Amino acid sequence: MEFIIISMLNGVSYGLLLFLLSSGLTLIFSMMGVLNFAHASFYMLGAYIGYSIAQLVGFWPGLFVAPLVVGALGALFERLTLRKVHKFGHVPELLVTFGLSYIILELVQLIWGRTAVEFVPPEALRGPAFTLVHHANDTLEMFWGAVGSEVCAGAGVICSPFPATRAFMMLVAVLMLVALWLLLTRTRIGLIIQAALTHPEMVESLGHNVPRVLMLVFGAGTGLAGLAGVIGGSTFVTEPNMAATVGSVIFVVVVVGGMGSLSGAFLASLLIGVIQTFAVGLDYSFIHLVEQLGVQASDAMRENSVLKLTLSQVAPILPYLFLVLILIFRPKGLLGTREG
Amino acid sequence: MSKAYYEFKPLNVGRWIVWSLFALVLVFAPLVFGSNLSVTMLSQMGIAIIACLSYNILLGQGGMLSFGHAVYTGLGSYMAMHALNAATDGQIPIPVSLVPLVGGVAGLFFAVLFGYVTTKKAGTPFAMITLGMAELVFAMSLMFSEFFGGEAGVSGNRVVGDPFMGISFGPPIQVYYLIAVYTFVCVGLMFAFTRTPLGRILNAVRDNPERVEFIGYNTQKVRYLAFMIAGFFAGVAGGLGALNFEIVTAEVVGAARSGGYLLFTFLGGATFFFGPIIGGILMVLAFVLLSELTKAWLLYLGLVFLFMVMYAPGGIASLIMMNLRVASFGKLREVWVAYLALGVTALVVLLGGGAMVEMIYHLQLDAAMGDSVKYLGMELHSKTAGSWFGAAFVTLTGLGIFELTRRQFMAQWAAIQTDIEKEIKRRETS
Amino acid sequence: MSSATSTADTGRFEQAMSHVHAGGYALELRDLRKRFGKTEIIRGVDLAVRPGERVAIIGPNGAGKSTLFNLISGRFEPSSGEVLLNGTRIDGKKPFEINRLGLSRSFQITNIFPKLSVFENLRCGVLWSLGYKYTLFRFLAGMDDANQRAEELMRMIRLDKKADTLAMNLTYAEQRALEIGITIAGGANVILLDEPTAGMSKSETSRFIDLIREVTVGKTLLTVEHDMGVVFGLADKIAVVVYGEVIAFDEPEAVRANPKVQEAYLGSVLADEQAASVGH
Repeated sequence: MEFIIISMLNGVSYGLLLFLLSSGLTLIFSMMGVLNFAHASFYMLGAYIGYSIAQLVGFWPGLFVAPLVVGALGALFERLTLRKVHKFGHVPELLVTFGLSYIILELVQLIWGRTAVEFVPPEALRGPAFTLVHHANDTLEMFWGAVGSEVCAGAGVICSPFPATRAFMMLVAVLMLVALWLLLTRTRIGLIIQAALTHPEMVESLGHNVPRVLMLVFGAGTGLAGLAGVIGGSTFVTEPNMAATVGSVIFVVVVVGGMGSLSGAFLASLLIGVIQTFAVGLDYSFIHLVEQLGVQASDAMRENSVLKLTLSQVAPILPYLFLVLILIFRPKGLLGTREG
Repeated sequence: MSKAYYEFKPLNVGRWIVWSLFALVLVFAPLVFGSNLSVTMLSQMGIAIIACLSYNILLGQGGMLSFGHAVYTGLGSYMAMHALNAATDGQIPIPVSLVPLVGGVAGLFFAVLFGYVTTKKAGTPFAMITLGMAELVFAMSLMFSEFFGGEAGVSGNRVVGDPFMGISFGPPIQVYYLIAVYTFVCVGLMFAFTRTPLGRILNAVRDNPERVEFIGYNTQKVRYLAFMIAGFFAGVAGGLGALNFEIVTAEVVGAARSGGYLLFTFLGGATFFFGPIIGGILMVLAFVLLSELTKAWLLYLGLVFLFMVMYAPGGIASLIMMNLRVASFGKLREVWVAYLALGVTALVVLLGGGAMVEMIYHLQLDAAMGDSVKYLGMELHSKTAGSWFGAAFVTLTGLGIFELTRRQFMAQWAAIQTDIEKEIKRRETS
Repeated sequence: MSSATSTADTGRFEQAMSHVHAGGYALELRDLRKRFGKTEIIRGVDLAVRPGERVAIIGPNGAGKSTLFNLISGRFEPSSGEVLLNGTRIDGKKPFEINRLGLSRSFQITNIFPKLSVFENLRCGVLWSLGYKYTLFRFLAGMDDANQRAEELMRMIRLDKKADTLAMNLTYAEQRALEIGITIAGGANVILLDEPTAGMSKSETSRFIDLIREVTVGKTLLTVEHDMGVVFGLADKIAVVVYGEVIAFDEPEAVRANPKVQEAYLGSVLADEQAASVGH
């Protein structure tokens, strides 16, 4: 039982992190028509810059400053490079961000080295947010914070802690997205952005600086990625490979959710986050399933490498399988509106 | 743009000359560059040329940006390797020289399988789908160890049975000539493809997919067919690779290799048929030579790519053709001085910047070995301010002068282009 | 004349031709409706065009003329109603299927193949109708019928001197001419032209109209037009579309005299015309 609760929460927190990332990507894509191939690289930058600031001044300043720095870098990139290729079309824009992803990767390795760095969460976030204790008499009890090791060492007692970092991840993600939604729908700048999406010339003739708005949007998107980086980097691991591992998943999220749809990205992120987290924790294979149903598996079946695969081994490819299925049965994406 | 778009010079004589030259180069290259390293590199170049040309069927001819082409070259390699092993065990009576065709058929098969779903969309979603597919296949390669051989990969021996007329394919030079034959044939076939109805309609789909529907063609089917053809040739390249290296590991279907095809095809030039040939050659040079020269080679590559996309999206091929056009109007001599100046200043910037990058890398990786770095025969000291100051000074001055020369050059170039346009108009109306 | 050479296409074509010869309509719209979200843009259009007729479709901006074209040519699917081409239902079919049945269209925004030469543009247009389909095993250079037809088309649209010019390097009027060329290349017998003279000067327009008349001899023509001079000069019949409905479909003089039309549309257009001619 507690496995399901904890896994669910872990899955949701991972999904929210994915959404934090893919929302920035969707925002940039909706507003500018550019799919930012380097989005995960900005995520990585956020983690590393957050790490460096944390080394100097502490985690909390890092949490606030790193996303701003990353956002500024993103805006700078837009101004210097993306703007120049805008007139060539969408494919060159994609290629430019593709090249950027290589460059960021190399620069990160240049400055911080090729091995992982120890980006640890702050004191306040170490340890569990709460612990579920499964007593020997089969009752479930929840304790805030950590539970003493004597309790957990008791016979028949299972302690399932839920890390504070994960809880913090969920909190920040939700806060950030609420803020974003409010910004887009309630403020003047948000309305301008929404207008510039479909009628850029009109907005420009009304006196607004549309290129500057687009630069801000790109910066905001990458800033979100940077924020996700600080949190993700301190919760998981901060290493040069982190951009690659999460990068392809967020593209899957965006396509599965429907390109240009924020709500679709939300749904897809949660779905993929939860499914993958559950899958990683389950060590069941097809053979197990068959045997559960009371069928005796032959020796040949048992040796078959495909049927032997456990769910946890298959977990890495689940998002991509999902992608293929969506493309076959619902090519528009879950909630897609706009044709890419 | 130059009118020589996908057409060599209109005379058939010109075409015969070009293809004969190509054949001669293929035949005599290993005799000119005779060292073992050179022959290996030439073999790899042949493979890379086929791979990049197959990629350009999608990118340059069809307007389809794929991030997962290595799936088809890689799966072609795997199938070819399995076929080779089966031939070694006597299970399949297939001569080694035909093993790459097995790769081709495998590439075609997987393109048929995956292509239907992949080509349902176009443009950016298509790119994302290819990325997802590539990740899928790569992740599966770690799961199905029978086919993919797990961590160690699948290896084989290209010497099978008795030598036939003295050819055993053991020595690298024999493999090279096999690759050269395949390269010549495949390049010829792919060029012929551009001159068929399907090839031309593919171009039309690239230019204006909506319009194509209104001349009676099913755009998705055109893309699907092109995908299959590209997959076939990709598989052939993969099969040749399997023979050449005698081992196939999971990285042949990896994202890095797909990225490499994209990068170098684009660098060579996607808008001309011969662009990917240049790209393939550069790819091998970069991977084999450049990576030895400096640890920062991926960084330089990324930067070069970035600048290419911004300033020369047609790649090196387009730069060559543009200058050929200028030369054909007799105006090249006006610009060559500016070119020289540009080249020199760019070199200066490169040297200065390179020095700084090397010093940083040294600090990162070899700091334990003292603080001096060998750079172009000089000794730089990464811990002393003097070296840094010198490098920075060189870079910045170089940048400044480069910018000045560039402006001068752009003005001259623009003037030449207007002159050429006027000349063209004059010739048209006369 | 169109020459569909595949047996399936030939069968359909013969069926269509027999329908037409029996006095059937080339193009028929029956209670055609199209809704986008909650708004009904096309609200029950009935239209019947005889073979060889030239129909001009006019109406105020936003009346739904382009939407109508998009519905007929398969770009959009109708919410309800039927579209019949030579007696065969084409509503719900994909654009390329409709094109193969003998309908072709041009676009308001020039829609050509920019990186191909004029000759190549036209040759692409003829390939399917000559039965070449997706073939890999013929070379374009050796396909005499395609090359000859493309040359013929080039002469018809008077771009034969610019055979090798890339389409993106043509002038605007030349590109519009090429657009028409591609539209008629496949030999379709029902042609839809969406504002063919948009953006042209008065002299260019009159020359262009002559060109259109020449190249569409014997074909059924529907054009969306704003220029009244063109409409009255080119059309056998005028269909007036207002708010997604056809309020009149008759010969030009009858339409001009129709009070409903005058009230809804012509009055304002005539005023525009007068204002515009002052400006020239």
